[in-house]
Amino acid sequence: MTRTAARRRGSAARLGLMAVPVAFFAVFFAYPVTAIVARGLKADGAWHLGRIGDVLAQSDVRQVLWFTTWQALVSTALTLLIALPGAYVFARFDFPGKQVLRAVVTVPFVLPTVVVGTAFMALVGRGGLLDELWGLRLDTTVWAILLAHVFFNYAVVVRTVGGLWSQLDPRQEEAARMLGASRFAAWRTVTLPALAPAVAAAALMVFLFTFTSFGVVQILGGPTFSTLEVEIYRQTSEIFDLSTAAVLTMIQFVAVGAILALHAWTVRRRETALRLVDASVTARRPRGAGQWALLGGVVATVAVLILLPLAVLVERSFGAAGLGYYRELTEDDGGVFLVAPIEAVGNSLQYAVAATAIAVVIGGLAAVALTRRDAGRLVRGFDALLMLPLGVSAVTVGFGFLIALDEPPLDLRASWILVPLAQALVGVPFVVRTMLPVLRAVDVRLREAAAVLGASPWRAWREVDLPLVRRALLIAAGFAFAVSLGEFGATVFIARPENPTLPVAVARLLGRPGDLNYGQAMALSTILMIVCAVALLVLERLRTDRTGEF
Amino acid sequence: MLLSLQAATVRFGGRPVLDAVDLGVAEHEIVCVLGPSGSGKSTLLRAVAGLQPLDSGRVSLDGHDQSGVPAHKRGVGLMFQDHQLFPQRDVGGNVAFGLRMHGASRGEQADRVRELLDLVGLPDAAGRAVAALSGGEQQRVALARALAPSPRLLMLDEPLGQLDRSLRERLVVELRELFGRLGTTVLAVTHDQGEAFALADRVVVMRDGRIAQSGTPLEVWQRPADAFVARFLGFENVVEAAVGDDVAVTPWGKLPVPEGAPQGPRTLLVRPAGVRLVPAGEGLRCTVAARTFRGTHVTVHLQPEDAPRLEAACALRAAPEVGDEVGVEFDAAEIAVLG
Repeated sequence: MTRTAARRRGSAARLGLMAVPVAFFAVFFAYPVTAIVARGLKADGAWHLGRIGDVLAQSDVRQVLWFTTWQALVSTALTLLIALPGAYVFARFDFPGKQVLRAVVTVPFVLPTVVVGTAFMALVGRGGLLDELWGLRLDTTVWAILLAHVFFNYAVVVRTVGGLWSQLDPRQEEAARMLGASRFAAWRTVTLPALAPAVAAAALMVFLFTFTSFGVVQILGGPTFSTLEVEIYRQTSEIFDLSTAAVLTMIQFVAVGAILALHAWTVRRRETALRLVDASVTARRPRGAGQWALLGGVVATVAVLILLPLAVLVERSFGAAGLGYYRELTEDDGGVFLVAPIEAVGNSLQYAVAATAIAVVIGGLAAVALTRRDAGRLVRGFDALLMLPLGVSAVTVGFGFLIALDEPPLDLRASWILVPLAQALVGVPFVVRTMLPVLRAVDVRLREAAAVLGASPWRAWREVDLPLVRRALLIAAGFAFAVSLGEFGATVFIARPENPTLPVAVARLLGRPGDLNYGQAMALSTILMIVCAVALLVLERLRTDRTGEF
Repeated sequence: MLLSLQAATVRFGGRPVLDAVDLGVAEHEIVCVLGPSGSGKSTLLRAVAGLQPLDSGRVSLDGHDQSGVPAHKRGVGLMFQDHQLFPQRDVGGNVAFGLRMHGASRGEQADRVRELLDLVGLPDAAGRAVAALSGGEQQRVALARALAPSPRLLMLDEPLGQLDRSLRERLVVELRELFGRLGTTVLAVTHDQGEAFALADRVVVMRDGRIAQSGTPLEVWQRPADAFVARFLGFENVVEAAVGDDVAVTPWGKLPVPEGAPQGPRTLLVRPAGVRLVPAGEGLRCTVAARTFRGTHVTVHLQPEDAPRLEAACALRAAPEVGDEVGVEFDAAEIAVLG
């Protein structure tokens, strides 16, 4: 086999793997987004690009742009600062209740952003817990938004960074210690560079979420603070100014594209084959006062930052009415819903399972195609393309689905699959980002060992890579499931009135006045939280069962 | 020839790592490729296995050109340097892997795994986790795994490299016996000459991607092809000399050479045993610079005036102390004229 022939065959296989994700993104992402941008900027068959300049010239638009960027940067830095010790503790320490704690930190991530906003309002807003106790209110400051963003993204850092950290061989650090490096120097020179791609990936995700933050800012920002996404929503559904919305969508698109390109560049420069070991052998009991203090600090942080808002949420779901709000959920309600709100649970689960399956297949194929690091320019472009759904306004995607996928051959507006498709778009980047570092870290010689024992490339992948990345695959599936359950921006546009998802139902209830609706929203949020917690616990259980094989 | 390479060439970034290598391995033959690190040994194995595409030349197995045949269809086995056991499978799962790939039934797999684990001296290990194995056990499991699908050619990359010396010496004897009994055709690479000589029917010395010498262990040992091979084999007393009749003119003076030695400017090898110590005042005058205890004998490093150092082997009792003045005479039987 000559080298060029081999290379050509490798490229052909990669292109084949990429074909499915590319088609998926073309049809369910590029097409709807283009359609809605065209709707805004095209009139009488001609493009009116002058609108872009007009919109950018407005000082309030520039204000929104500045605030969006600033708060995203600060939120990201704050999240890393608070969550990295958490990632370390989860990766390296073994302590009772670890699995429960891990599930706890993940719950906020899967809550609808609207609920996160409300929970923080209940904690730091007017009449909130802090207000009652000390007269402290943060809802008029940017701190409420920043804290809610940390609350929301803590799990991203813990899962992405901690997942890799737990599999790094501690002996690498020991080798550095023996060469005269101090404990910190060993960490900085050995572990940190190995973690860098994961930290970069986590930081990127947090930045994207906070850059495109919608529900949290909508609730906590009041009239003072507004992000691009909130502005797009306002322009689309309140002012019906589609052309301004289209311009803002494009600005967000370009900004996110630039960040992603930068990220892809830095990650590519740093990713190396790592020495991975079984996560269960790297964790041990904390030793000494310092480590116990660190563990205590992390537990305290989780308690204050995550458990407290959730506890307030649960407390409000009971309120004075006991189980009344919950009982109310099972009643048919002719006003807000065509069906009993409780049916949203079944809808959400069904949609999320379908969306997870789609995201794992599409994202998995993409990750495998991207595994080889000597991939060409085309493949790297594909890598960046996969991340775009995170940055494109979910509102735009949802609205785009409605206006683009409504005629044959793609008349999906009446089909239930429309919702999972939109949710899967947001899930795919998670699957790719979670699986890629692990796939790339699998020692290529293990695959070669399988090949000389008679395994075809596909068989070798299934026998060698798959068992090693099964853990990452499960984490990826968990992420996809979680974001699908919590997805709000797109779903709110396309979910049919008789089949609302949990976040949509919560938002509808919150949008109506009165204690009963508010209480029902809290009750439904609590149910969503429990559904997520149970799903995540099942996942954790699955994972530990599997680790026996490793 | 079971395996034959013709002008096999592999370049990394323009630099040839395998440079027009021609090599044949006959059925049931054990060939050991010996060379320093970076000489292209591992690349040679990878090219035969189909893991490394050739830039030019060809690899044939049983006379069939293997270009275009992917690694998993070549029917050769490769034992990796660091074993590369599959961490997620137990010992039995590792050994059975190749059998499964070839569609063996569960019963066949179980029988063969038991047979091979017996063969490598690890009966009852099938259920053990590979992470719990010692280095020597891992090596045995890797060997069993490579042998299980009965490859027509078994390749070993530094098979004993990571093991301690006594284990290595024992295993190399076991391996040779085992391969002889099974009639396995083997192509091994190593940087350890002792390993190569103990294991191989034929030794191939590589240097910078080319074959420097090929022959039986005895041939290579007795008559290294050139100064590089001689030095790689551990010989220190290698000099340029002018050979005429039965005398060679060297920096150490006029040395006797065996009858019929090639004439003219040549490279001369004096084996340590051919450097005889005599009382000071006789022969070449030297100072003892260092001595190394070798167990069965002592290697003495001698510094003549105005000439390169000489290495001599002598019995422990007769060994001079560092700093002693001694004389040196040379034994024609232990002198070889190279190339």
